[in-house]
Amino acid sequence: MLPVRIIPCLDVRDGRVVKGVKFRGLRDQGDPAELARAYEEQGADEVVVLDVTATTEARGTRLDTVAAVRARLSVPLTVGGGIGGIEDAAALLEAGADKVAVNTAALRRPELLSELAARFGSQCVVVSIDALGHGGAPGGDGGYEVVVRSGTERVARDAIAWAREAVDRGAGEILLTSIDRDGTRSGYELTLLRAVRSVVRVPIVASGGADSPAHMADAVGAGADAVLAASIFHQGNWTVEGVKEALARLGVAVRPGYREEVSA
Amino acid sequence: MREVAPTVTVVRTSTANLASVLTGFERLGCRVRTTADPHKVTRAGRLVLPGVGAFAAARRAIDAHGLADALRDRLDRGHPTLGICLGMQLMASGSEEAPGVPGLGVLDCVAGNYESGEEGWRVPQMGWNLVAPDEGCEIVPRGYAYFANSYRLTTAPDGWHPVWCEYAGRFLAAVERGPVVGCQFHPELSGDYGRALLTRWLEA
Repeated sequence: MLPVRIIPCLDVRDGRVVKGVKFRGLRDQGDPAELARAYEEQGADEVVVLDVTATTEARGTRLDTVAAVRARLSVPLTVGGGIGGIEDAAALLEAGADKVAVNTAALRRPELLSELAARFGSQCVVVSIDALGHGGAPGGDGGYEVVVRSGTERVARDAIAWAREAVDRGAGEILLTSIDRDGTRSGYELTLLRAVRSVVRVPIVASGGADSPAHMADAVGAGADAVLAASIFHQGNWTVEGVKEALARLGVAVRPGYREEVSA
Repeated sequence: MREVAPTVTVVRTSTANLASVLTGFERLGCRVRTTADPHKVTRAGRLVLPGVGAFAAARRAIDAHGLADALRDRLDRGHPTLGICLGMQLMASGSEEAPGVPGLGVLDCVAGNYESGEEGWRVPQMGWNLVAPDEGCEIVPRGYAYFANSYRLTTAPDGWHPVWCEYAGRFLAAVERGPVVGCQFHPELSGDYGRALLTRWLEA
């Protein structure tokens, strides 16, 4: 296993980082490029930029934001939001994304994942799955459904079956968000993680609910290869560095800083 | 410090990930240009062959622009060249990903898939892994580098200094021969580690 990747997530609207609870009540958190740079300096292993309103407002992800983040960032950058087809993905990659996270468009037309993988390689294609526990009780009956359009629309699709199909079609990574947990800081949805882990071999990025390194360690134990968090970083509860130190104490392997490694 | 900003020429055969490579060198103060012209590939002082995506498609793109001879020639002559990820695999004889499609043949080995069926190893390898240069390596440092790959080389080709890494077995993280370097990982996405590597390559 590789060291777990710690991934700050920048939810961007109109060129600014925002954050809400369960995708609602968005509040301003800062400039995406400045935040991305700061997180890299803290030891972030990767950064995710999601244009949270791109699909609902029927516009493409803002390429200028991606280019601005890229100019400052020298770790991997995944971008999602409003990717409707191959050309949207190509434009984002050209602007500086290393991976594209596809959600709604892939559900509408799953062949899109195969087409993206054929053109850019599977390692470039992330399927973003927003999952909701059936009946509003997370995992209560052991089932999860897929929701889209930033959690506003149900699509009558089983999340675990969709994860498996998306990987079969060419997705090289799964960004797995629990809508029940998003922004609640009550911990990742471990039952969901275990269920998806049991059906795919690609890396899984756990998302939704992180409040502490202990939550992240739990996610790793449930099969996550990377943990994404937004609120705890933006609001200064934790630095990436602090998270890594705490994870190391919990026995979870993390990437040390370069100078640390060289001097060791 | 260098007095004049070095110019780095990046082969443009596909769209993906190019911006990361370009901005990576720009942050180091380089002037960066892209080309798909074989004459410019031949004349470039420092050339980068990036690559993500499929082996066969990348080879087709090289052929479509008539770049194979120019690339092979400068690699053989030891002109400063950096192959990244698929760009390194293209330096090999071929890949199990695309049987029958030849690589540039500068590295006498074939890219293979990670062992299938083995439990616990995610494919693609996606994340940071510790790379360890053999004695004699002068450009690739020891440290954590970012990988995103499903195929890799496992045998050290004659005449090259190997840099090793472990993932479902030992594989080649990089190879060096003077200022010619192939990296399976992405130095442009490897933070401080990558900056250190690229700086050494620019000075090699």
